[in-house]
Amino acid sequence: MRRAFDIALAAAAGLALAFLLLPLLALFVRISPDELLAALASDAALDALWVSLKTGLVAHVFVLGVGTPAAYFLATKRFRGRGALITLVELPLVLPPAVAGIALLALFSRRGLLGAELDALGVQLPLTQAAVVIAVAFVAAPFYVRQAVASFETVDPTLIDASRTLGASPARTFWRVALPLSATGLGAGSALAWARGTGEFGATIMFAGSLQGVTQTLPLAIYAQLDIDPDVAVAIGALLVLVSLTVLLSLKLLPSWTRFTSASLIRSAPSGSS
Amino acid sequence: MDALHVSLSHPLRSFRLELELDVGRETVALVGPSGAGKTSILRAIAGLLQPERGRIALDGETWFDSAAKLHLAPERRSVGLVFQEHALFPHMTVAENVAYAGRERVDELLGLLGIGALRDARPGELSGGERQRVALARALARDPAVLLLDEPLAALDAHTRARVRAELGGLLRGLRLPALLVTHDFQDAAALAARVGVLVDGRIVQDGSPLELIAGPTSPFVADFTGGNLLRGLARIAPSGLTEVTLADGTRIFSTDRLEGHVGAVVHPWEIAVAREAPADSAQNHVTAPIASLVPVANRVRVRIGPLTAEITAASAERLALRQGERVVASFKATGTRLVPL
Repeated sequence: MRRAFDIALAAAAGLALAFLLLPLLALFVRISPDELLAALASDAALDALWVSLKTGLVAHVFVLGVGTPAAYFLATKRFRGRGALITLVELPLVLPPAVAGIALLALFSRRGLLGAELDALGVQLPLTQAAVVIAVAFVAAPFYVRQAVASFETVDPTLIDASRTLGASPARTFWRVALPLSATGLGAGSALAWARGTGEFGATIMFAGSLQGVTQTLPLAIYAQLDIDPDVAVAIGALLVLVSLTVLLSLKLLPSWTRFTSASLIRSAPSGSS
Repeated sequence: MDALHVSLSHPLRSFRLELELDVGRETVALVGPSGAGKTSILRAIAGLLQPERGRIALDGETWFDSAAKLHLAPERRSVGLVFQEHALFPHMTVAENVAYAGRERVDELLGLLGIGALRDARPGELSGGERQRVALARALARDPAVLLLDEPLAALDAHTRARVRAELGGLLRGLRLPALLVTHDFQDAAALAARVGVLVDGRIVQDGSPLELIAGPTSPFVADFTGGNLLRGLARIAPSGLTEVTLADGTRIFSTDRLEGHVGAVVHPWEIAVAREAPADSAQNHVTAPIASLVPVANRVRVRIGPLTAEITAASAERLALRQGERVVASFKATGTRLVPL
C-alpha cells in the first residue's frame, strides 16, 4: 500500500517535471547551435535585442531610483493607510498585462486622461520607445518595491537608532546602514523585476506597438517572427530561456554569497514569501 | 555644577514616567525591575523618544523643551549610547564600527579598550565581552559630553560579567564624564555608580550612594532590592544530602537547595542571628568575622560581619553590647539559604 503510494508520487513528480521542462528543451533541440547563432545574428533579432536592452536598462534605472526610496519610506514610516498603500503598489503584480496596456492607453493616449496636457507639451507617447520604457517599468516595479519594502522592514530598528546616536543624519543612516543591510533582498527584487521586465509582452504591444528597431522587444520579436522566420523566433526564445535561467541562478546564489560578507545574512535574505 | 539636567513626564503602557534628575561629572545608576521605564529615559535623553512634557539640557544647551517646542535630533545631541544588545553594525568590521562615529580616535579607543587585535573582525565573530567593548569604543568615538549605558552587563554571561563589571567601573571613573546607566541589578549599580536611584513604576523612589541605600532603605521595595547578601562560592552535593558551598576564604556553608558549580548563596539579613560564640542550635551555617559596621535603621540595627549584613533588633544589639571590630559569629539556617547559579 505504502509502496504503491510512493510510486504514484514519483510518477506525478516525473510527469510535472516533463511537462515543465520538455517544451523548453524542444527549443534547443529544434535547431542546431550553429543555426541558432546565425538566427540570432539576423537583423530582426539584433534590433529586438538592442531595443530590449536599451528600454530595459532605462526602465530598470527608473525602477531602482524611485522604487528604493519609496520602499524605504513605506517600510519605515508609520501612517494611516500604509497597509492599503502597500497593497495598491502590489496590485500590478496580479493585474493581467492586457489590463495594464489598456490602462496606460487610458492615461497617456491622445484621448486619455493626460492626453490633452501631453499634446500641449508636444509629447506623444504611444508607439514610441518611451512607451516601452513606461510599460516595462509599470509591470516590473511592483516586483522590486514589494521585495524592497520587505527587506527594509527586516533591518533591526535598533541599528537605525544606533546610527543616529552616533551622529549620522537620516540620509547617512540610509546609505551606510539600511541600504547595505538590505542589499541581498534588494538584489533579489532587482533580479525579479528585470526578469519580469524582459518578458513583458501584453502591455507593450498594446501601448507601444511592435515596430522593429523602435518598440519591438525580444518577446514581441518572437511573436512577429513566427510568421516570417520561425527559426529566429525559436532562437530568441532559447536566448530568453538562458537569460531567465541566469536570473534564477543568481537569486539562488545571492544568499550564500552574502554569508561571507555580512553577518545579517538570514535577516536580509530573500524570503520565501516573494 | 550639574552637567546634565533631565526633567520629563511621559506616559508608558501602565504608568507615567515622572523624572527629575541632575547628573554631574559622575556615574549615576538608575536601577529598577524590568519595565520600570529605564530604557525610555535613556531614549528620551538621546533624542530617540520625544517625551510628552519636560526639559533636557546639557550645560545650559537645551536639547528638549516641550514648552519651547524644541526637540533636537539624536545626531545633534552630544551623547554616546551603549545599547543593551550592543547594536553593532554587522556589515562593518570593528574598526569601521568605531570609525562610523568619528575617525580621529579609532586607534586610541581600540587601545584604551584593549581590542586593537580585533580591528578587522566582524561583530558576528566576537564574544559578548568583546562586543561590549566595541560598543563602548564606538559610543566614545564621537567624543560625547554624556555617556548613556542601557543594561551594560545584561547581555553578558555570568562568567564574563564580573570581569567586565570591574573593567567598566575603572573606565567610567577614568572618563570623568556625566554617565547615566540603567540596570535591573543592584549589585551592578553599586559596583559602577557613586549614586544610585531606584526607579519603580516610572518614579525614583529613593536615591543615594549604594551604602546609603543598603543601610537606610526608605521602602520595603528598596530594602528587598538592596538587602540580600550574596556569597560567591563553589557548590557540591555533600554526603549529608545538603549542598555544601565553599567560599573563597575556605568557609563552608550549607543549603537545602540542590545546585553544583559556581553559585551565589543568598541570605536575607533578617535571617542571620548574631552571637559571641557559635551557638549550639539548629543553624548549620556560621561565619566568624569582625564587625565592620553597625548602622541603626529605625528599631533595628544593620550589622556588617565579614561578607554578610545581618539585621537584628536594637534591643539585641544593646544586650550583646556589640562594638565595631569585635569578632562575632553570624549564624543562619541551611533552609534559609538560597542558591543561584553564577
